[in-house]
Amino acid sequence: MRSPYLRRRITNALAMVMSTLATLVGLAFLAWILWETLRQGISALDLKLFTKITAYGESGGLANAMVGSLIINFIGIAIATPIGVLAGTWLAEYADRTRLGESIRFLNDILLSAPSIVMGLFVYTIIVLPTTVLTHGSTTFSGFAGGVALALIALPVIVRTTDEMLRLVPSTLREAALSLGVPQWKLTLQILIRAARSGIITGVLLALARISGETAPLLFTAFGNNYMAINPIEKMSSLPQIIYQYANDPGDAMHALAWAGAFVITMFVLLLSLASRLILSRTKVSHD
Amino acid sequence: MPANHAALPIDILEQRSHRDARHERLFRWLLKGCALIVLASLLGAAGATLWGGREAFSAFGWHFLVSSAWDPGNDVYGAVVPVYGTIATSLIALLIAVPISFGIAIYLSEVAPAWLRTPVASAIELLAGIPSIIYGMWGLFVFAPFFANHIKPWLTNNLGDKPDDGKLSWAAEHVPFVGKLFGSDYPFGASILVAGIVLAVMIIPFISSVMREVFQTVPTRLKESAYALGSSTWEVSWDIVLPYTRSAVIGGIFLGLGRALGETMAVTFVLGNAMHLSASLLDPGASIASTIANQFSEATGLQKSSLMALAFLLFVVTFVVLLIARLMLRQLARKEGR
Repeated sequence: MRSPYLRRRITNALAMVMSTLATLVGLAFLAWILWETLRQGISALDLKLFTKITAYGESGGLANAMVGSLIINFIGIAIATPIGVLAGTWLAEYADRTRLGESIRFLNDILLSAPSIVMGLFVYTIIVLPTTVLTHGSTTFSGFAGGVALALIALPVIVRTTDEMLRLVPSTLREAALSLGVPQWKLTLQILIRAARSGIITGVLLALARISGETAPLLFTAFGNNYMAINPIEKMSSLPQIIYQYANDPGDAMHALAWAGAFVITMFVLLLSLASRLILSRTKVSHD
Repeated sequence: MPANHAALPIDILEQRSHRDARHERLFRWLLKGCALIVLASLLGAAGATLWGGREAFSAFGWHFLVSSAWDPGNDVYGAVVPVYGTIATSLIALLIAVPISFGIAIYLSEVAPAWLRTPVASAIELLAGIPSIIYGMWGLFVFAPFFANHIKPWLTNNLGDKPDDGKLSWAAEHVPFVGKLFGSDYPFGASILVAGIVLAVMIIPFISSVMREVFQTVPTRLKESAYALGSSTWEVSWDIVLPYTRSAVIGGIFLGLGRALGETMAVTFVLGNAMHLSASLLDPGASIASTIANQFSEATGLQKSSLMALAFLLFVVTFVVLLIARLMLRQLARKEGR
């Protein structure tokens, strides 16, 4: 058959098959990773994970790491949320189309995928080193420093979502309020941020999902601690840091504990992204 | 001024407007200050690592960039081994991830039936949400052993210059570099190639979701005209969609590259952390991020400073790559008049 269409049809069929295969490959890796995490994680689940601390090693649990993760994440979000929301508000409401505003928006997008380990070294330099000198070595690494490092990673996520969500608020709302003589700060705080509330909450949830799996910036800031630490000026362990430590350990029992930790983090992150999707689909606002 | 306001003393009104103006100014400064923190964290990270690396830069000068030594015993350090590892793993990741991501994006925007698009797209995006340490664990405990048992023997025997039976394959003998790249005596899975593959799986969702998004910005009119002239789906994708979105597609690829360069955990687990240079992709190596993660806590003096200097290099390189990515992505947004 010498039909001039044959070659084009074969090329097309080939390309369609390849693109379908590519999608299947992507899905297969997703299934493989999730399946292993579920399988190895669930078989390692045990009540002692939540009751015993890592100081017991193989016969211990992850209680101090979980508490540490919660505290460090909380500090990170508590610092990043107000700063991020206000900065995003400035970009959307006050500095839209100004040169400084555009550059900060642009740099914020870059910061979104900046290497997190460098952020860890930055916080090491500005918090861990000075506190070591000031306290003559009694406070070095701390949960607080870990929280600041995570805040720097959460910040661009929150800035970006706030900025985008505020720009989706219809300008008629602004005009209506301004024509009633409402000052702009009141308009921003009491009307615009309220109107964009669910979008902003989504941004915070996404940021939390992003930082709760971060390991690299915690290694040189919160460092790790085999005992229960509640006070944020002490060294503090966290789930990702314990996973890193245990996975590098030769013992199989340690690996099982690491898988259990990996399972807990993965579930937490997936639930968060599910929750943020639900909030967004309810408000019918698109977001990437 | 409405009549009922005339009853108010004029100075109360004035006080109120003064107060509002003051609040407005304060609020504006507060907001601007917060936005400047974003800027400060970027400059601070660059400044802190440069400051931390000053001893290494002044001790080694340009030799730091061209020396492959990493010898804590003699206190001599060079950046070549980790820089090579970073670039090699990221390039392998791109080589694998770009065609697959392109396939996924074409599938999701042109091929798949409408009801399938959203669930598949969300599933792929789920991959992006998985923390990198999970990729690292999967790579260390699942993929690297799988690779060492099933893929690596085939590669070393059929492509490498050190096969088990001593007989060189045709490819190893005649195609330049292939023998060196795939030859290895080392029995484990952890290697530059495995790290590249794990990175590829990690960046596929980033690249494919950018590509899918920009493919959807192509005007339907344009695509329909091509279809009406008899183009096949592939011809529309390759000759209409891709040229229209070229700059943004390159932007998406650079975004993936930026992620791959700076990734720490997924790579540290599967790279083997060997501080010497090897031509083989199947031998262990080190990347900038993995070297820092492994050595920083125990390092002192010049070694610590060298690690900071490495971090500065990494930060500058990723900054440039991401800058290009964002500029490329912005071009398409301009075209759309956004």
